[in-house]
Amino acid sequence: MKEIRLMKGNEAIAEGVIRAGCDGYFGYPITPQSEVLEYLMANKTKERTGMIVLQAESEIASIHMVYGGAASGKRVMTSSSSPGISLMQEGISFMAGTELPCLLLNVVRGGPGLGTIQPSQSDYFQAVKGGGHGDYKMIVLAPASVQEMYDFAKLGFELAFKHRIQVMVLSDGAIGQMMEKVELDEQVPRWTDEEIVKLHPWSTTGKTPDRERNIITSLDLNPVKQEIINRNLQKKFKHIEETEVRFERIMCDDAEYLFVAYGSSARICQKAVSLGRAKGIKVGLLRPITLFPYPSKELEKLAKQVKGMLSVEMSAGQMVEDVRLSVNGAVPVEHYGRLGGIIPAPDEVLNVLEEKFIKENLLCKTH
Amino acid sequence: MQDTLTDAQICQPENMVYCRTALMTQAPLSYCPGCGHGTAHRLIMEVIEEMKMQANTIGVAPVGCSVLAYDFLDIDMQQAAHGRAPAVATGIKRLYPDKFVFTYQGDGDLAAIGTGETIHACNRGENITIFFVNNGIYGMTGGQMAPTTLPGMKTATSPFGRDTETMGHPLKITELIANLPGTYFVSRQSVHTPANVRKAKKAIEKAIQYQKLNKGLNFVEIVSNCNSGWKMTPLESNKWMEENMFPFYPLGDIKVPK
Ligand SMILES: Cc1ncc(C[n+]2csc(CCOP(=O)(O)OP(=O)(O)O)c2C)c(N)n1
Ligand code: SF4
Ligand SMILES: [Mg+2]
Repeated sequence: MKEIRLMKGNEAIAEGVIRAGCDGYFGYPITPQSEVLEYLMANKTKERTGMIVLQAESEIASIHMVYGGAASGKRVMTSSSSPGISLMQEGISFMAGTELPCLLLNVVRGGPGLGTIQPSQSDYFQAVKGGGHGDYKMIVLAPASVQEMYDFAKLGFELAFKHRIQVMVLSDGAIGQMMEKVELDEQVPRWTDEEIVKLHPWSTTGKTPDRERNIITSLDLNPVKQEIINRNLQKKFKHIEETEVRFERIMCDDAEYLFVAYGSSARICQKAVSLGRAKGIKVGLLRPITLFPYPSKELEKLAKQVKGMLSVEMSAGQMVEDVRLSVNGAVPVEHYGRLGGIIPAPDEVLNVLEEKFIKENLLCKTH
Repeated sequence: MQDTLTDAQICQPENMVYCRTALMTQAPLSYCPGCGHGTAHRLIMEVIEEMKMQANTIGVAPVGCSVLAYDFLDIDMQQAAHGRAPAVATGIKRLYPDKFVFTYQGDGDLAAIGTGETIHACNRGENITIFFVNNGIYGMTGGQMAPTTLPGMKTATSPFGRDTETMGHPLKITELIANLPGTYFVSRQSVHTPANVRKAKKAIEKAIQYQKLNKGLNFVEIVSNCNSGWKMTPLESNKWMEENMFPFYPLGDIKVPK
C-alpha cells in the first residue's frame, strides 16, 4: 500500500525532491515558501539520502551554487518566491546558455516590488517568456494541488535531465501553504559519482585521460558560432513544444464555454464549472499543466467548439496573451483577474463568464 | 669539461631547467604581452601537474581578462557569471567534497560585484581555493576604476585620478577575509620577477595542498600589472607596481595555519 500523508504544498515538494534523489538544495528564506528549506533541514537529508542542503547568503548565491552543482552533473535545485526569483534571473540565464538541468520552485506572491506575501500568479511572463537576458525558455510546470507539488519534483528532474533544461515549478502562495493528502512513492536512489560520469559525459567531474576536458560556458565571441548555439537552443525548445505539452481537460467534451486557468485559479474554476453545470451552463475548464510548452494546439481545437474562453488568473492578464495567440481570433477570449493577493471566488468567476459571454449573447438576441 | 651542451644533451632530463607544463594547452594566450595572468595560470597548472591532480580538479573561470582561462588550462572548468565564482565553487565542492575546486578571479570580479559571494564563501569556510589576481583595474572592459584602484590613480572612469572623497577608498579585501574564522591560509604574492615567481609558487602549493585538510578556505592574492590598462610598457608597469601597489598591498603571508 502507498504511504499517505497530510502535508503542506511546500513540504510536499521538499519531500518530493528528497525521494527523487536530489543531491543538493541551495536557498534563501522568503515567505511564502520558507517551509521548503525548513523541512529539508529538519529532515536531516544528509543522513537520510546524502542530500546536501545549504542556506546561502542570497538568492544570487543560491542560483550560482545550483549552477556549479548542475554543471557537475548533480540533481540540484533552489526555491524562492517572486522577489528572490527576480534576483536569480542572471543565474537562470547562464544555465540556459550552458544548457544545465536544474529544478526551480517559485511560490509566487504578489508584486511588483516587495508587494505582498499573499498568493499571486503575476510572475507568469517572467517564468514563461524567458525572465533573464537572451533568447531562452524553461519548462514551466504549474501544480494545482499538494499532490502535484510532490509529483512535479520527480517529473521536474526527469524533464530537466532529459532535455538538459531548467524546469520551474510555478506555484503560488495558496498551493504552497494549503494542506492536502499526498501519496508518496519509493525513494529514488541518488546517482553515484560513477553513474554521473556515464550518464552525463558533458559534466565537469575532473578530466581523466580517456576524454577531452569538459568546459561549461555560455561564452562564444564568434558570431557565427554564437548563432549556431542559439539556433540549436531554439531547436530544443521547439522539440519540447512538440513532445512535452501537458494539460487537463475538465468537462470539455460538450463545453460551449471554457475557462482557461492554471494553479490555484484552476481550482477555483473547477468549482465554478460545477456551479455552472448545476445551472445548466455547458462550461468546461482547460487546465494547462505545462505553461511552457503551452497547450496551444488543444486550445486551437477547443476554439472550434466553444463560443468563448475566459482566462482566469491572479494577475492583470498575462496568460490570456497565450490563449489569444493560440486561438488566433477564432473565438472571443476574455480575461478576469484579481490582484494584490486576492483569490477570486468560484461564483465570482462564473458570474464573469456569464456576463462576458452568455448575457451579452442574450442581449444581442433580444435586439 | 665542455662549456656548451649539445642539443641532445640539453634534452636529457637531468639537464632540464624548465619546460612547459603539460597542463597548459597549446592555445596561444590571449593576454597582452607582459601581463601577469599568463604566469599565474602556468604556476597553478604546474602545481596541479606536480601533485598529479588533473583528474581530481574542477576550476571556475570568472568574467574578466581571464574569462577564457578554460582555453588555456587542460582541466575541467566552468565559466561563472561576473563575481559569482565563489558561489559556483561552493556548489561544486559541497557535492564533490573530495575534488580539488578552485576559482581564479580578478579584482573587479572578486572585490566589487562579487564581494558578497567572496566574503560569505570565506566566512562559511568553504574548502575551496581562491586565486585572486589584483591589478587595480578592470582590464577586460578597457581600464576602468576597480575597487582596488589606488588613490589618485588615473583610469578610464577616474580620468583625473581616483578621488577618495567621491569614489571611495581602495578595498583591502584580502586583509578583510583574513580576519574571518573561515579562512585557513591567506597570502599575497606577485609574479613579476623570478624570485617572486618562486615565492608565489610556494604559496600556490600550500593553498592547493591545504584544501585536502578541510580546514577552510585558502586564498592567494597575486598583485599583478595591467600594462595595457595602466597605459605603460610591461617594464614600466612592473616598476610602477613595486613603487605604488606593493606599499599599499604589501607582499607576504597574511594568515598562516598555527
Ligand atoms: C553583470 C556584468 N556586469 C559587467 C560586466 C562587464 N565586465 C566584464 S569584465 C569586467 C571587469 C573585470 O575586471 P577584473 O575582475 O578586475 O578582471 P581583469 O580583467 O582586470 O583581470 C566587467 C565590469 C559583465 N560581464 N557582467
Ligand atoms: S588588459 Fe591588462 S589584465 Fe588584461 S590581458 Fe591586458 S594587461 Fe593583462
Ligand atoms: Mg582587474
